[in-house]
Amino acid sequence: MAVQVKEREHQDVETEQLMSGCEAIAEAIRLADVDVMAAYPIRPYDGVMQAAAKLIANGKMDVEYIVADGEHSQFEIVKHACAVGSRVFVGSSGVGWFYAFEAIAVTAGLRLPVVAICGNRALDDPGAFGTEHNDSLAVRDLGWLLPWAETAQEAMDLALMAWRVGEDKRVSLPVAIGLDGAFLTHSQQIVKIPTQAAVNKFLPKFDLGDRLLHPDNPITIAPQVDQDWLMEIRMQNDQAMRKAHDVISEAHAHFKELFGRGGDSPFLDEYMTDDAEYVVFGQGTLALPMKVAIRRLRKEGHKVGLVRLKWFRPFPTQEIVKSLSRFKAVGVIDRDYSFGSPYYGGVLYNEVRSALYSLDKRPTIVGFIAGLGGREIEQPMATDIFEKTKAAAGDIKSGDTCHWIGVRS
Amino acid sequence: MSDVKETSITVEVVYRGIFQKTLAQRICRSIVLAARKRGHTGTAFARYGDSPERNGVPAKQFAVVAINNLELEASMAKYEPAVVDVTIAVDDTLVKGVESWAWYGRQPIWKPIRKDGFLLVTSTNTPDEVLAQTDTALRPYTLVIVPGGASFAGLWVFKDDHTDYRCLGALAKVSPDWVRLEDVKALIKEQTKDDGAVQSAQYGYDGAKLRPVKAGEGTSGHEVLQFEKPGWTTMRPGIIVNARKPGERNPQYKKYGARTLRPVVNFDTCIKCTMCWLDRPDECFEVTPEGHYEVVYQACIGCGICAQVCPVKDCIVMVDELKFEDHEDKWQFWKKDHDGYNKWFETKSGVSANPQVRTPPARQEGSGNANPSANPTSASGGDD
Repeated sequence: MAVQVKEREHQDVETEQLMSGCEAIAEAIRLADVDVMAAYPIRPYDGVMQAAAKLIANGKMDVEYIVADGEHSQFEIVKHACAVGSRVFVGSSGVGWFYAFEAIAVTAGLRLPVVAICGNRALDDPGAFGTEHNDSLAVRDLGWLLPWAETAQEAMDLALMAWRVGEDKRVSLPVAIGLDGAFLTHSQQIVKIPTQAAVNKFLPKFDLGDRLLHPDNPITIAPQVDQDWLMEIRMQNDQAMRKAHDVISEAHAHFKELFGRGGDSPFLDEYMTDDAEYVVFGQGTLALPMKVAIRRLRKEGHKVGLVRLKWFRPFPTQEIVKSLSRFKAVGVIDRDYSFGSPYYGGVLYNEVRSALYSLDKRPTIVGFIAGLGGREIEQPMATDIFEKTKAAAGDIKSGDTCHWIGVRS
Repeated sequence: MSDVKETSITVEVVYRGIFQKTLAQRICRSIVLAARKRGHTGTAFARYGDSPERNGVPAKQFAVVAINNLELEASMAKYEPAVVDVTIAVDDTLVKGVESWAWYGRQPIWKPIRKDGFLLVTSTNTPDEVLAQTDTALRPYTLVIVPGGASFAGLWVFKDDHTDYRCLGALAKVSPDWVRLEDVKALIKEQTKDDGAVQSAQYGYDGAKLRPVKAGEGTSGHEVLQFEKPGWTTMRPGIIVNARKPGERNPQYKKYGARTLRPVVNFDTCIKCTMCWLDRPDECFEVTPEGHYEVVYQACIGCGICAQVCPVKDCIVMVDELKFEDHEDKWQFWKKDHDGYNKWFETKSGVSANPQVRTPPARQEGSGNANPSANPTSASGGDD
């Protein structure tokens, strides 16, 4: 049943609120005028559920809010709603995300621009609510766009970007925003809430065009195709993913113009890298303690910096090559792990090394596994990471090692 | 230059989906096992894309025999061999063309047969009658009639009427270098301990009628139905295909190739009760301006359910598909030339168009219903 939406106070004025990452996402759902969202509780994603339910109950948001019987149905519901032309939102965490895996795979295959968050959480077993990126990363080969946020503000901004980019006809792919459990989903920060008018300028109405599933537009979606058609379909999805790169750049430029935020590059956030010799590379909230360490180490005369990845898919290969080839050594910090992978490293580590493979002059890339299961990255660990990165400089083979940081023996 | 390969032989069995699946499998497996007796190796497989099979829709299974594993490799990891030495069609109506699923179009039965290869057809008709419904040959081959009608059963049952043994005997006649009659017999004896079954292989060998076919022989009367598959730049994004609009039929998949029997209608006796129209599993009836129900032969799969549910005796009669040259709807014919149509109906069906005239029983010699579940007299019964 549709609720009566009250006129928002100060609706034409940008406001500030103290809110968690989950609440910031709920605000984005309201601002984007989402038609259908589907929910099923799992921590830390359920923070969005609660925040959105509160907005609806308070008459501030009108969205079809469907509580599913499990994550698989949850993702199927929005996939189908999207096919009939609804702007949708969905999300989950950890093993709940995995329970939806079939629906997640087919959503990308069908080019339906579902926007989701993955409140990053360690995969059970053992039970741990804290953040670890293996849940989001498990879909890295399926055709989802995967941005990662550092702050609650960025969570909201990336959500608005997600609908804009995902629904763009050149892309038409689903987007899953990675939000670190607890540190981002459940920590309240000051967030600037843009005006509805500005958001409306940024986000056009969702229009599937002749792909709309409707009796007036008789189409069949997802027939059995076998080997006769499948490679062509994969090729189409690949082209869409490739185009997403430029569409993100366009959207980022427009976003900056309208809202004055977003940084220089849509893909990389560089911190104190101008004269840096040794940098760390990673994504999500681990950038925060690392920046503290950088300021401390800089005072001691170390030329250190940070490059934070904002979009893991599409992987901004050229931007990364251009950025990282400037340094003597790069420490890639993975808040994930890939058992049995090359050099027993994390996912980011191996992707970054692969991106730099053909360079004549490569920095040493050292791997670090840190903060698994939401373990805090403390300052001594950050120092350790920089020291090991610096020690590896000049010896490219020393990067064939991944260091576990802060693990008890 | 001969197209014959000295190192391997490829045999395909074209059959009616589901009804003859087990039959095709038994033939293909037996070819490999019989050839194994003289030291050859081989592989047997079904065309993966045919599964899940549809009632009556043409499907294929294959047997490849080679002198050793190295030579066999060229025939492995394939869905469908591009060229075969022998095709075995276990229902003679399959010579009207093979349309498997959508976008494959309708292909001549001999399409993959190499020059001077063999087309074995189980049939009670003469070689020339079968040839008259086979597409015009582009290269010479030999048509071989294996005695016996089409053997139909279901998915879970097998009609053990020795069709497989007769086919193996006939194969031994045309490819003795690969499948020897004594090996076929020894295999069957091992498997069945039944001398009657062994005798059926001998009967297939002795009774097979060979009819050399020259390029240019056959009929040009069948519809050409071929499609270009779209590329990634021309396909609709999002795994979308155009659906049929109301009243429109699928241009890429005609379905008539699934028929062994087709229904013919006596419009004189039709009481317009709607039963055929209601119960047909495919949308194959159109309502005429006068309220009759006419079969759309482009879309009818010959399941026989309309004839089964029709309450009027001999109003819908299932007739051997090999007796027809076209897929035209017939109601207009009846409207324009009532007597001419009724004469046509009587000629095709063998029953009188006048219900007052008694029709002799057993009008349909040798042919069961294409759908065993629609045929209450079939011993093998229903399936699914």
